[in-house]
Amino acid sequence: MPKEIDRDGLRRMVEAGAQLVEVLPAEEYAEDHLPGAISLPLSHVDAGGAEVLDKTRPVIVYCWDIA
Amino acid sequence: MSPRAAWRLESLGFTEVYDYTAGKLDWLAAGLPTEGTNAQRPRAGSLARKDVPTCALDEALGAVRDRVRGQGWDAAVVVNEERIVFGLLRAKELAGDGERLISQAMRPGPSTFRPYVLADEMAHHMVDHNLESSPITTSDGRLVGLLLQKDVVDVARKSG
Repeated sequence: MPKEIDRDGLRRMVEAGAQLVEVLPAEEYAEDHLPGAISLPLSHVDAGGAEVLDKTRPVIVYCWDIA
Repeated sequence: MSPRAAWRLESLGFTEVYDYTAGKLDWLAAGLPTEGTNAQRPRAGSLARKDVPTCALDEALGAVRDRVRGQGWDAAVVVNEERIVFGLLRAKELAGDGERLISQAMRPGPSTFRPYVLADEMAHHMVDHNLESSPITTSDGRLVGLLLQKDVVDVARKSG
């Protein structure tokens, strides 16, 4: 079950090597994204799209807000 | 959107998946740096005057006025010990009866804006609504600084 994480937790985990993934459309990623995040829009979160990620490391996903 | 992505990744065999549910909005609202085409554009948070005088609800207006003017300002933000914004004192409020408490003299509940708002958007809004200054706060209401219309209009004009 995915776990919720807050801003401070995110920073700690990214420093420790977690992968940060923005799942918003690519246009929104291009304008603004968190430092070091990669773009993987929700519509691309499938077996092919997820190949850019390392399954052995934690992954943190985010979008715009809780909606 | 992110919860669905998180669950989908788990279904694909990822065993340690986290969801930053507060998302990009929370990050931007905290005034933290970003990457991307907007990253270098001036925003409200970077233009806000961080040295704006602050005061507490239970201070006397006269003492605050002396302090504020002594620092070369004609505005102050009313905050608590956590820098949560309660009110604003512009020139008009500062000119009031010096015996009054700040809680009575201030303009309560001023509109606040988030640090990530782009300068040109802020400039239009402040001019359209005749706002000479606006507090910039984080999403939990903490003061970042006071944005002056003259500052943001100047920057918007140069960048536009």
